[in-house]
Amino acid sequence: MNRLQRAEHRLGWLLCAPAAAAMLLVTAYPILYALWLSLFRYDLRFPEHRKFVGFSNYTEVLTSEVWWQAMTNTLVITAISVAFELILGLALALLMHKAAWGRRTVRTAVLIPYAIITVVAALAWKFAFDPITGFVNALLDLEISWFTQRGPALFVIIFTEIWKTAPFMALLLLAGLTLIPDDLIKAARVDGANAWQRFSKVTLPLMMPTIGVALLFRTLDALRIFDSVYVQTRGAQDTETVSIVAYNTLIVRLNLGLGAAVAVLIFCTMMAIALLFLKSFGPAFARSPGGRP
Amino acid sequence: MKKPGNGNTIEYLFWVASSLVTVFYAVLPVIWIVSLSLKRPADLNDRRFFPVEVSFDNYRAVFADIQFPSALWNSAGIGLIATLLAVVLATFAAYAIVRLRFPGKNTLLAGALAIAMFPGVAIIGPLFELWRLLGLFDTWAGLILPYMTFTLPLAIWTLSAFFREIPWDLDKAARVDGATPFQAFRYVLAPLAAPGMFTSAILVFIFAWNDFLFAASLTSTNAARTVPAAIAFFTGISQYEQPTGSIAAASVVVTVPIVIMVLLFQRHIVAGLTAGAVKG
Repeated sequence: MNRLQRAEHRLGWLLCAPAAAAMLLVTAYPILYALWLSLFRYDLRFPEHRKFVGFSNYTEVLTSEVWWQAMTNTLVITAISVAFELILGLALALLMHKAAWGRRTVRTAVLIPYAIITVVAALAWKFAFDPITGFVNALLDLEISWFTQRGPALFVIIFTEIWKTAPFMALLLLAGLTLIPDDLIKAARVDGANAWQRFSKVTLPLMMPTIGVALLFRTLDALRIFDSVYVQTRGAQDTETVSIVAYNTLIVRLNLGLGAAVAVLIFCTMMAIALLFLKSFGPAFARSPGGRP
Repeated sequence: MKKPGNGNTIEYLFWVASSLVTVFYAVLPVIWIVSLSLKRPADLNDRRFFPVEVSFDNYRAVFADIQFPSALWNSAGIGLIATLLAVVLATFAAYAIVRLRFPGKNTLLAGALAIAMFPGVAIIGPLFELWRLLGLFDTWAGLILPYMTFTLPLAIWTLSAFFREIPWDLDKAARVDGATPFQAFRYVLAPLAAPGMFTSAILVFIFAWNDFLFAASLTSTNAARTVPAAIAFFTGISQYEQPTGSIAAASVVVTVPIVIMVLLFQRHIVAGLTAGAVKG
């Protein structure tokens, strides 16, 4: 028995080893390397000046206006888009759950924003809002130069983000919705609850665990926002996000030391937000039969 | 499912209207980019939604340039290889997670979940430096490795959710009925496991096809630059030409396969997305 057990352990590890090794090699090792690099002055244009500088890269980032502006932008984009996605996603999920007509068509259509390349979606909306090429201004009878001012530019970025990811949110929520027993809703109906009461008193509380998972997923995803900002403004008009700052520092300016400090700070921010989420939604995850094991 | 019942016509119409609005919402930018790509270069700035006269000049221009066809080739090759590797490795891991008892299983699942939420931008610097040292910068392998890694969690979660549903004892039943181990695998277990593997393959491929961050950071030429990066950096054939039309045409070319895939495999995609996230 013991030998069999040991053989089972060994086979288990053996089968998981390639996947685990790949994940450690391409994520754990580079993040540790980034931690190490962030303690050096290391600019690829002047590699001979490489020098240990302790935490001064971090002081430089944390005292720079660019970083805080980017962090503010990232948080604003995340908060607004996730909030709207939740509302829109709930509405879409209810529609896909209950629609009396064209349910399959809707479910298929909703996958298009999810599957389309983010760069392409961002360009499509960029061209649509563009004052010269686009139809939006003409359609709404506006004369807004969307990409030369911070507010309108952020609006288009957030709009694109919501368009692209609300359907994903909806699909996650739909899965939670289908787990709710029909009998509960019927019982509430018999007891005289109206549609809004059935939704807010029965459906919504039962969906809390799913909503928590979906919010966590989407928040951490939105905090990484890069593609659409890069395509639509390249960070001009103070619309930089933290990912754009990291990319520009690392890949455009080739300042690996400073860029690594930015990267580590982004990583820590996301860890902190994830922990915050797990703390507030954790009990709900554990309670639910459909939550994570 | 529900047919319009007794006097519920208004409710029915409400659902029809909502469905139509949703479909419109989803396809609007797609139709817009298609009609933009069909405009004559001279009409690009007419601020109309539909082209006045349909022309295929933009498509000709896009395929006349070497950038875009090579990007298509890179995207397809890198995406398919990354998908194959990720699904094979994830199948091993998911099989072990579902079927075997061994310590460290939960650590692996938790670690995979953590990586699914990992900010890619945090490691592009070190990867950029390492890849140049190892000669992987601007090569297929240099993108296949991160794509495979970042999709492994998704693939492992999805496959585990699917594998949990498989009645594995059927294998024994087939053996009792006289099937060889290979036959039992080939005719009983493989068909049961295939839908899960197929679903994770689609999700992994969509991720690789979609990625811009790694492509923008770890490639620099036509040797490995994929479609998203090629489109984002596209500057036009000559500096006097506005690249909008070409970009729109290129966008349509890469969007069509995705839309077809979605139409064909709708069920698989939905099952995969939700299996990983909710069933766990």
